[in-house]
Parts: sequence; structure tokens; C-alpha cells
Amino acid sequence: MPSRTGAGSGRSLPEFGLLLLVIFVLLEGSLLPLGAASSTSKSCEEAKQGHTEVHNFTKKAFPVLGVDYGHIKNPFEISLWVLLACLMKLGFHLIPRLSSIVPESCLLIVVGLLVGGLIKLAREEVPPVLDSKFFFLYLLPPIILDAGYFLPIRPFMENLGTILMFAVIGTLWNAFFIGGLLYGICQISNSDLTAIGILPCLLFGSIISAVDPVAVLAVFEEIHINELLHILVFGESLLNDAVTVVLYHLFEEFSVDGSVTVLDGILGVISFLVVALGGVLFGAMYGFLAALTSRFTSHTRVIEPLFAFLYSYMAYLSAEVFHLSGIMALIACGAVMRPYIEANISHKSHTTIKYFLKMLSSVSETLIFIFLGVATVDGRHSWNWIFVTMSVVLCLVARVIGVVGLTFIINKFRIVKLTTKDQFIIAYGGLRGAIAFSLGFLLKEDHFHMRDMFLTAIITVIFFTVFVQGMTIKPLVELLAVKKKQEAKRSINEEIHTQFLDHLLTGIEDICGHYGHHHWKDKLNRFNKKYVKKFLIVSERSKEPQLIAFYHKMEMKQAIQLVESGGGSKLPSAVPSTVSMQNIQPKNPPATTKPAERVLPQLSKGREEEIRKILRSNLQRTRQRLHSYNRHTLVADPYEDGFSDLILKKQRMMAIDKKIKEMTNYLTVPAAAPDSPTMVRARLASGRNTDFIPAQQQKGNKKPSDPQSYNMKPVSGGVPTIQVDLASPQSPDSVRLLDELGEADGKEQEKDQGLTMKLPGGSSRPNKPGETENTREQQKLTRCLSDPGPSADEDEDEPFLP
Amino acid sequence: MIRKENLENIPALAENPIKNQIIEAFFDKRNQHGNEVGSFQEIGFEQFVMVMSHFRPPNLKTTKEEKQEMRKEKLRFLFNMHDTDGDGIITLQEYRKVVEELLSNSGAMDQDAAHEIADAAMLEVASTNVPQMSPEDHYEGITFQHFEQILKDLEMETRMFIRFLDVDTTTMHCGKATS
Repeated sequence: MPSRTGAGSGRSLPEFGLLLLVIFVLLEGSLLPLGAASSTSKSCEEAKQGHTEVHNFTKKAFPVLGVDYGHIKNPFEISLWVLLACLMKLGFHLIPRLSSIVPESCLLIVVGLLVGGLIKLAREEVPPVLDSKFFFLYLLPPIILDAGYFLPIRPFMENLGTILMFAVIGTLWNAFFIGGLLYGICQISNSDLTAIGILPCLLFGSIISAVDPVAVLAVFEEIHINELLHILVFGESLLNDAVTVVLYHLFEEFSVDGSVTVLDGILGVISFLVVALGGVLFGAMYGFLAALTSRFTSHTRVIEPLFAFLYSYMAYLSAEVFHLSGIMALIACGAVMRPYIEANISHKSHTTIKYFLKMLSSVSETLIFIFLGVATVDGRHSWNWIFVTMSVVLCLVARVIGVVGLTFIINKFRIVKLTTKDQFIIAYGGLRGAIAFSLGFLLKEDHFHMRDMFLTAIITVIFFTVFVQGMTIKPLVELLAVKKKQEAKRSINEEIHTQFLDHLLTGIEDICGHYGHHHWKDKLNRFNKKYVKKFLIVSERSKEPQLIAFYHKMEMKQAIQLVESGGGSKLPSAVPSTVSMQNIQPKNPPATTKPAERVLPQLSKGREEEIRKILRSNLQRTRQRLHSYNRHTLVADPYEDGFSDLILKKQRMMAIDKKIKEMTNYLTVPAAAPDSPTMVRARLASGRNTDFIPAQQQKGNKKPSDPQSYNMKPVSGGVPTIQVDLASPQSPDSVRLLDELGEADGKEQEKDQGLTMKLPGGSSRPNKPGETENTREQQKLTRCLSDPGPSADEDEDEPFLP
Repeated sequence: MIRKENLENIPALAENPIKNQIIEAFFDKRNQHGNEVGSFQEIGFEQFVMVMSHFRPPNLKTTKEEKQEMRKEKLRFLFNMHDTDGDGIITLQEYRKVVEELLSNSGAMDQDAAHEIADAAMLEVASTNVPQMSPEDHYEGITFQHFEQILKDLEMETRMFIRFLDVDTTTMHCGKATS
């Protein structure tokens, strides 16, 4: 018992401290402005006095300490809010079970309510935090950009028809159904609701009908649903922005006029097309510009991420200028620029973009929900039972009917049909969020006298969907046994066969003369490869085929894992196995050649352990040597700047490789654990000998090899290595991790002259090729070694936004 | 009757990297759901449709077992495409050839890269299916079961299909009565 209470108090202490911190921050925020009011007046007086002082020379003590809050008021308050949001996020995850029951969005709204209440008590007046301008210009873009940049293109495109159907027709249906029925109900009810015209009702319907991407993201992220459903609901929430924008402007305009004609309807449809396509066009344009710019950034790597952000934001703003759909512009920009930018920028910039986007979007999302809570407390509410409850009910009903009806039609055209379970989740996942609120907030008071009632209804619907649906969707998903997201990583076999399948299906379509979507996709790919890539990607990298790029990415990831795991004591592969390349190599028919393959004697296990230990310790030492950098340059990446040399070196290396292959059979060298899979794999992958060439050979001696006397600088063949050959000379992603130790030592030697690396002047023949190779190796800096950042990194190829 | 030259003359196929394998597949006797091996010299309409029937999509009424059957059938088709000598296993050489063909379209490329990738892929198949192998054992090649195992996540029955919007391919059963 005492131990339990001890543990309990131990755990609650940090939380208690956190709580105190939060309260302190809040009080500071609310009290300081009060103090500011008095201090600013004081400083004014002092300033005036100061002027008169000059003339009167009244002796006054020099103010050692002064308070001037007004000076920094705005940035201070903003920072305070952001800090509060982040602390809240921290806090939720400290409380053990809360985060699994209640989705974060709900908690944040509650916090917002509390904070709003506190502020109201303290100051009698809440600052209008969810100012629509602030929301649309600063809070929304990061979230949408994050979504757009990491949008899984393949599932999105495959389901584009379905998504568009849901987004466009579903939203239209929702808007008209809700608006129309509400109008009817208002007319029936004998209260002052009858004053509301049809157009304001339709306007309200259009505001409330759009599924909100922020809310969907927030909730769906936590339930890990399968890819198809996720992309359907999420895609819908993104693409319905165009519809919402058009409907909103349409009804707002005409609510003032008071009537709608057929002409206006047609204009509305045209406007929709313009808004949607225009937004996409703007986004694509800026995306190309961004890709083009990134082609020339090889000398200024530090500002690369900025281009990605700035161009996207400009796309959003430009689209907003013309009342086009800014969200679609952002999505298009992110999706278009991503493949080209990723091929051009450095690994570090890539990581920066990723983490910065995640950080910004996370903070934005948190702030949005908190502000929603605060705005609720602040707003002038006009509660009308009938209107509010009916809007909630109608929202649900409309959504269900819409989804079921549309799925019925869509399933006729889909191959992978949507089952009832899927439909239920899609309907249930239609959450409303802050966009609806902001749109309602934008309504002008003088035109819409029922604005307060609308706002109340909107908030109620938002609360209902976020709280009730958000909280219950997770248990429902479990209950209905909906398929969850597959965690498995893409294997090389799957990748090969995906590509194979693409070509196969395109070929079959060609044979049948049927121009299906494989045909067009293939055409687009070929156009892309032939013209666009050459234009937008740094020249050397544009030719790399996708399969090779994928393979190199995978190898690099494994290499990083290997280095991180401290030198290969555990295998990087998911399945522990003792299969090695030896097992796979084609059996040579005559048995006589078999011994030749095993010319290398085995190393004893004990020896192998020692070797590993030594390698590991050296590896760790290397990793600690991080170079300091100033703000203007990161660690110099010599590898990335020396492409033209690489091609020559590569060719020279191939020649040397062949020579070494011949010499393999004549060297009697201790093999380092030939049955270590990665080792052997590395060996065979390169086709050359990567074993130790022990000390005496380095000295040019032809003494028989003594396994005991190796020194720490093997020319090649660290025991646990993954070797990735330069497949194409142009690929910077390929890592020549010949052995980390060799590299590391090479690096060290360049910088601090510590351990000797250079072999003595190559007198013996076997030595020479090794030496020339070595110098070449030294110059190749491995990206993964110089970038210790992404350790347990998620694969950006994964379909889900982490 | 169609011969190989007829298919090779289709202009659109010219840019396809695996053109030869595709054409081969039409003339492969193993794809006729019979038990023969070898290849035809020329095929008639029935054999053509037989090959095309491998690209049927499933529909709402397809049961789970039928889906499994379908998947197996499609995977078998792919397997036959890779296994060119018809011995029932995909050896390293054959797999290397597959990867080479896939990458052959991308311009100047050395064989080593293709070999590396093929080796890595083969290693993966072996590791997943036969995890514990001593250094003495020899992994002959990918059998059909291993092939199925390694590609089970790709959900072939929903990916490998040709959609003819105006023709209901479920009617093209070509003599085999199903559903």
C-alpha cells in the first residue's frame, strides 16, 4: 500500500507542477493587461514629465525598473495563447487514460471553455480570438498544407470519382435539404422564426453542411481506420471547400437582394467550376514554380524549406484574392510540388519541411479548438429550442440519407464496393468544425438579424458532432470490426509487383484497344518523365527510375536503423532469419566449383563478437562528433556537391571491382562471419570482396594471414554492413555505406588527424586498388551519418498522416 | 487466329517494358486452365478470352471463397509470367530478368542495380517463408506458395482487373460456368 501511494504521488507531482504552471500562465495573461492599463498611463505621464524635466531640471530618481506592457502586448498575448495550447497538449498525454477515451479535440474545446470563462471573470470582456480573418489567414493554411503535402496520391486518385461525388453532390444535397426543411419548420412554427426567409435558411444550410477537414483529421487520426475510408472522408472534407465557397457567396449575395433566378443558378454552377478549377490551377502553378526554384538551391540548402512554405502560402493567398478555393489551391500546390522538391532538396531540408509542417499544423489545430471554446463563452447567444435542435437532427438525417443514396449510385461504378459498414463510418465521420463557425461569424449583422441564432445553432452542431460523434466513433469502429490501417511496410517485392502490374494492365488495355485509366496514367507518367522531370529536377537525378529510388530509400532506411542499433547485433529486417545470399545463389551444377565459393574460412564466434564490440564502440564515438554550425551554414555536405566527379569515380570503381573479383580467390583472409546475412548480402550485392584485409597486407606483406592481428582500420568489410551500390551514377540517394567505420574514420581523419587511415604507399598489388578505393570512399559523405535526426522516423511513403 | 507477330505489331505496346512477357502470356498454355505446358504458335478467340478472363473484377456478390479463388488465379497468371521455363519455381535468374525488363525502359542502366534489387527481393521472399536456413541449405526458387505469401497484402483480386464500362465482363466466362 505505501508503495502504491508513493508511486501515485510520484506520478501526480509532475502533473501537479504542470497544472500550477498553466494556472500561473493564465493568471499572468489576465492580470498583466490590467496592470498594463495603469502602467501605460504612468509611462505617458512620465514621458510628459520627462519633457518638462528637461526644462525644469527637477531632480527625480532614474527609473531603474519600469513596466511597459503596451509595448509588447500583442506578441505577448499571442505567445501566451500558443504556449497555453502546447501545455494543454502536453498535459493530456500525461493523464494516462484520458487520451484514449476522449479525443483531443474535445478536451481542447473544454479547455477553451474554461479559459474563456476565466477570462470573462477576470476581465468582463473576452478578446475576439476567433476573428475570422485570423482564422482563415493564419490558422487554417498550415493544417491544409500539411494535409496536402502528405496526401497519399495513389489512393486519392484511385477514389477520386467517389470523393468528388461525396464532396460536390453530397454537400449540395446536405445544404438544400437542411436549408429547405429548416425553412419549412420555421414557417410551421408559430414564433418569430417565421420571419426568416428561404435564402437565409439556405445560407445557413450551406454553412453547416460542409464536413470540416480539421475536425476530421483530429478525430480520424486517432482511430487508425483503413486507408480507403480515411481517404474518402478526408478527401471529401478537403474538396467540398469549393462547393461551400460558392454556395456561401451565392446565398449571401442573394439574401440581400431577396430572390434567385434561374440565371443566377446557372451562374452559380459556372462559378463553382471556376472556383474549383481556378483554385487547382493556381495551386499547380505555384507548385511548379516551387519545384523549379528548388532545382537551383544546391548551394543554399538552408533556405530550401522556406520555398516550399512560401510558395504554398502565396498560392493560398492568391486564390483567396479572386474568391477562388484557397484550400484546393493549397492541396494542389503541395501535391504537385512534392515529388519534384523531394528529388531536389537535401535530406535535412526534407526532414525540416516534414517536421515544421507537422509542428505548425499541430499548433494550429490546438489553437483552433481552444478558440472555439473561448468564442463560445464570449458570443452573444440566442437560444431557440426548435431551431437549434432541428438543425442538429436535420444534419444527421441529411448526412445519412446523402451517404446511403450516393453510395447506392457509386457502387454501380466501383470495383471495390462500399459495404454498409463503410457507409456507416462515412456518414458518422461527417464532422463539422471551425470553418462553419468562422463562416457564420463572417455574416454581417445588419443583413442577418438572426445571426446570433445561427451562431448558436452552428456551435451546437459543432459541439454535438465533435463531442458525441468524436468520442463514440472509436468504440463503434471496434464494435463493428471495421478494418484497420495496415501497419506493414512496403516490401521490395510488393513494389516490384505493383509496377509490374501497372505495366501489365496498360499492356492488356493496349492489346484490347481499350483506353482505360491505366492507359492515360501511363501516358501521363511518360510525359512526366520525358519533359517535366527534366525541367524541374536537378539534371543528374531526373533519370532515376522509381524502382531504384524506392530500393535506395529502403536501403538507406535500413542502414540508418543499423547504425542506430549500434552495429548490427540485431538484424534490421522484420523477420529474423538466417537466410543469406548464399542460400539463394544459383547452385552451380558441378560440385567442384562449390568449394571455390567457400574459399573464406569462418571466423570463430568469439572473435566475431570482439570484432563487433570494437566496431560498435568506434561507431558510437563517431556519432558524438557532431560539428557545430553557425546559423548560416549547416554541416558541409561534400557528397552533394560533387556530382560530376562521381560519374568518373563510378566508372573507375567498376573497373577496380572487376580486378578485385579476380583476386578474391587468391586472398586468404579471415572472413568476418560469412553467415551473417547482412554481411554476406552486402558482399554479394557488390560482387566484390569486402572482407578484412588485415594489417600485414596493408603493410605490403605477404605473410599468411593471421586472424588475430587485424587492426582497427579495415580497408573494407565492417562486420555488419549494408552496402548499397551506386546504381546510377546520378543518384545521390544511394549510399555507399561500405562500412560505417571506414567512413567514420575517413571523416575523422579529415577533421582531426586522429586515427590513421591511409594505407602505406601501395606496393603490393592487392593493396593498391583498395587504397584508391579508400580515398574515394572518404570523400563520400553518407547522408545518414551526417544526419542523426530521423531515428524512429516514419516512412513518408506511408499512406497516413502521422 | 492470332500469331505473336500480330500482337507485336501493336504500336502502343512498343513502349511497354514488359511487352514480351505480356505477349508470351497470351500464348502460354498454362493460362488456359488446363494442365498443358508449353506455348501455342497461334491462338484462337477462345484462348484469347480465356487469358482475358484472368482480369475479371470481383463484384458485390462474390463470396469470400470466390475472392480467394480469384486471387489465386490472378497470382497464378503472374507467376506463369515470371516462370519462363515452366518448372514451377522462379529462380534467381528468372527474377533478375523480370527486374531487368521492368527497368529496361529507363534508359542507360547497369545490370548490377537490377541484380541487386532482384537479389534483395529474393532474399526477402526466402526470409519470410523459410526463416531458418543453415548456410548449407539452398533456396531453389520461389514456389507458388511463397509467391502467394509474399504478395498477399496486395489484394490482387481488387487491383488486377480491366474495366470495360460498356461490357459486363462477368458474362465472358467462356464456357466455365461460375456464379
